[in-house]
Amino acid sequence: MTLVNAVVQGIFLGGYYAVLACGLSIMFGVMRTINLAHGDVAVLGAYITFVIVDRTGASAFVAFLVAVPVMLVLGYVLQLAILERSLRSGILTPLLATFGLSIVIQNLLLITFSPDVRSLGGSAGAVTTAGWHVTSDLTVSALGILVLVVAAAVFGAVHLFLTRTRAGWALRATAEDADAAELVGIDSRAMHARATAIAVAIAGIGGLFLAIRSVFDPVSGPIQLIFAFEAVVIGGMGSLWGTLVGGIALGVAQTLGAQIHPQYAALAGHVLFLVVLIVRYGGGRVSLPRLRGVVALGRASRQ
Amino acid sequence: MTLLRVEQIDSRYGLLQAVRGVSFEVTQGETVALIGANGAGKTTLLRTIAGAHRPHSGRILFDGADVTRLPAHRRVSMGIALVPEGRRLFPGLTVEENLRGAVVPKRRGRWNVQAVLEVFPLLQPRLRLLAANLSGGEQQAVAIARALLSNPRLLLLDEVSLGLAPVVVNAVYESLQKVIGEGTTVLLVEQDLTRALTVAGRVICLLEGRVVLEGESRSLDRDRVVGAYFGLRRPAVGGAPA
Repeated sequence: MTLVNAVVQGIFLGGYYAVLACGLSIMFGVMRTINLAHGDVAVLGAYITFVIVDRTGASAFVAFLVAVPVMLVLGYVLQLAILERSLRSGILTPLLATFGLSIVIQNLLLITFSPDVRSLGGSAGAVTTAGWHVTSDLTVSALGILVLVVAAAVFGAVHLFLTRTRAGWALRATAEDADAAELVGIDSRAMHARATAIAVAIAGIGGLFLAIRSVFDPVSGPIQLIFAFEAVVIGGMGSLWGTLVGGIALGVAQTLGAQIHPQYAALAGHVLFLVVLIVRYGGGRVSLPRLRGVVALGRASRQ
Repeated sequence: MTLLRVEQIDSRYGLLQAVRGVSFEVTQGETVALIGANGAGKTTLLRTIAGAHRPHSGRILFDGADVTRLPAHRRVSMGIALVPEGRRLFPGLTVEENLRGAVVPKRRGRWNVQAVLEVFPLLQPRLRLLAANLSGGEQQAVAIARALLSNPRLLLLDEVSLGLAPVVVNAVYESLQKVIGEGTTVLLVEQDLTRALTVAGRVICLLEGRVVLEGESRSLDRDRVVGAYFGLRRPAVGGAPA
């Protein structure tokens, strides 16, 4: 029964990872770039919400609704001002640009908010503490369900947007071939900016849940990025629904790992990530002779 | 009336100079063929006119307006459409999505999804398929149909016969004749000399990025065109041979 509980808690945790990874997946799908500042953008969203709560005393959820337009504008400007330029100069430049951005965001947050640990748990109302004991071993928390419902809603909304609207079509066409999209009248730069705006806003939702579930500080971003990135890879790069599945798989792996020993939580997630990476991108061809070849090469290079 | 005016266009890829000081005009309603050997700069020239490639120098005037600095999508809404080399469909989208999305709301006119399906009836049963799963001829039909959906005043066609079986090429050109018959101005790149001379009223021959021969299809004799095509009688100083 504790195992069932671990899986259920894993699914809830996975919903959080999926929301966090959604924006990363969108940006990779549309622009083939990995936003290394994604985790920091999520944390930035948490701070924006925190400031609004701090000034107005509003609930974290209400404050977040105010933060959403800020995040959208931020993403749009970020793409046009920085990322679009970097896209034009090869695949390495966007990586370096977002890596730099990550450092800039972390340090700006440090200067503005100090390294103190914060949380929005106290301003999110009863949802943080409510829960139901299904059986003596199985607990379902209201927050867990909320996160999972929001995750499903976010992915559903993005899916509908991409498949049912003209703007969504233009975004998919740009993702397939930005050059050809221009030739049928699509402003590919504006499409990239929209994709980033959406990605940043959804990262903000991730940041909100991070802040409500636990605590955050200016350097919380990188570890969130790693979990988000693992979720994207486990689900298959460029696949939206895959990212939802990947996030949940990562969450379940972590809670199951924690069953063995609390220290193994993150490790179990990393192991799942590596296994998927080897099986999928190694094409399952990582056979014994090949491993021997690698070992032999290693020996040769040492001599 | 001049629809397109290309003035001293110079296009480069890094240090490689693909188009060197090319100038010509296309009149409304005309069909003009750009011919020349591989690497003569035909594709680059078309891409420069469409806005997919930024010229190093020179000017492009469309309907009297300078469009040299405009991005490709803005030129589409002005009425310039390019059927690019290699077709460049959106492979992961269905045929219907490839077509429906290409309708430019600002440019209503003769062509809508229904009208292009009448010209390319072979696409009707393929609408729900992914573009990647079509045959070469079907893909070319989608590419042309997609360009028509913006109701272009100037249609640029880059090697629509490339990689297609002769019978399919005939079918594609038959459909194109209908499009030309509608009064669309067409500038096309074609490797097949006979085909170019039949379809187009005027041909422009490029050699190593320069215009070496230009004239009415009827008045040009084939030997002269072949000579210009391969640079057999290359002029001592730049410019068209007498």
